[in-house]
Amino acid sequence: MAKGDVKLLGTWASPFALRVKIALKLKSVDYEYLEENLRGGKSELLIKSNPVHKKIPVLLHGDRPVCESLVIVQYIDEVWTYGQSILPSDPYDRAIARFWAAYVEDKVWLSMRAFMTANDEDARVEAVAKFKEVSVLLEDAFVKSSKGKPFFGGDEIGYVDIAFGAFAGWFKVIEKALNVELFDEATTPNLLAWVVAFLAHPAIEDIIPSTDKLLEFATNVVLPSIKAVAPASQ
Amino acid sequence: MASTKEEVKLIGFWSSPYSRKVEIALQLKGIKYQYLEERDLKNNKSPELLKYNPVHKKVPVLIHNGRPVVESLVILEYIDETWTQGPALLPKDPYERAMVRFWCKFIDDKCSPAVRKYLTLGPETDGENARAEAQECLKFLENELKGKKYFGGQTIGMVDIVAIGVAFWQRTLQEITEKELMNKQDFPLLCAWADELLSCSAIGDNLPPKDKFISLIRSRREAATATTK
Repeated sequence: MAKGDVKLLGTWASPFALRVKIALKLKSVDYEYLEENLRGGKSELLIKSNPVHKKIPVLLHGDRPVCESLVIVQYIDEVWTYGQSILPSDPYDRAIARFWAAYVEDKVWLSMRAFMTANDEDARVEAVAKFKEVSVLLEDAFVKSSKGKPFFGGDEIGYVDIAFGAFAGWFKVIEKALNVELFDEATTPNLLAWVVAFLAHPAIEDIIPSTDKLLEFATNVVLPSIKAVAPASQ
Repeated sequence: MASTKEEVKLIGFWSSPYSRKVEIALQLKGIKYQYLEERDLKNNKSPELLKYNPVHKKVPVLIHNGRPVVESLVILEYIDETWTQGPALLPKDPYERAMVRFWCKFIDDKCSPAVRKYLTLGPETDGENARAEAQECLKFLENELKGKKYFGGQTIGMVDIVAIGVAFWQRTLQEITEKELMNKQDFPLLCAWADELLSCSAIGDNLPPKDKFISLIRSRREAATATTK
């Protein structure tokens, strides 16, 4: 199968699309990026490529669609096998990586939405507490899997780094907008350092959207849409 | 590669589909294991469960040479990658593997919850929307079976194992509630697939005893109705 002709349907602010961009960058894969304008209605290509969920990101590889960001990241790792591996090679380490990526999927996005829907101080304090519960477990996971190195994947960015780190831009938005600390020296010192290392990584720094741009988007688009519609599962 | 001295244990619960899926996979691969039943998952979790799955405190937990693996989808892939003898649960081709992962996630995250939601709605609730959503999910699975005996093609694969909830748990719940959902007219392929799957010994041997399961569901429903009165 020719490895040419790779397209990615995404939206610029989506952390899920960002996961795929990171994986493609790590593997030095050339691709065409197609921005979905979700406010203009879903494109025909999106509906045709992802009839089940009608959501981005969708990777189109020679016109064959792959959907769901973590499924796409694993696909990229299995197709483009040169260079660094995104998942570890040992089956047990892979199981641990998949476990924590699934944990991130279940808990992190929901706890971030809790911040966005918090409309008083009590709700905000609760959102911080809930995020702490999640981050303390991920701190422990980081210590065990990094083995003293800068990333969950060790020396290099791996699967859990991508799954969790794709939210790093949004962490900064929440911290700036709500004047809270999501990571701190007392409870999550390693994650505090990890966020810095992740955002400074050559594969990340050029492709992650700026905090100001995301904050503007959150204020003008995300928050009004959350207030307008009853919270729905993502 | 599996070492010569292997110790495989599984902490499970007799009526849990997630637990049974792992047992099915272990049997398909011909892996010998020690089964540890959680006696009281609701009120009194065992020290082993809390030790080996401190994050979620749920079954199933696979313990391989003392190291735990949790979350049924993670366990199934771990089994496939560790024990390479016996039938492959996932195909080799990366695109086919991506499709397997996609459908497994769809079944766990979207289809099963939608079907369960409809089947457990009380009689006073208008279930039309819930029914439509459940049927839409099942329709995607029905289409996926076109031209195939199993989701895995000619042989049982990971999607078939993950979809066992549809074939047994949800079909039984359908019988108990007498709600029409997965019928032969609208879902001929799914119904044929379910019958085929359940007749396979690796599957049939590892399902909860039907009468015992029906009693459990009935008593749970009665308890739920009693508390809402």
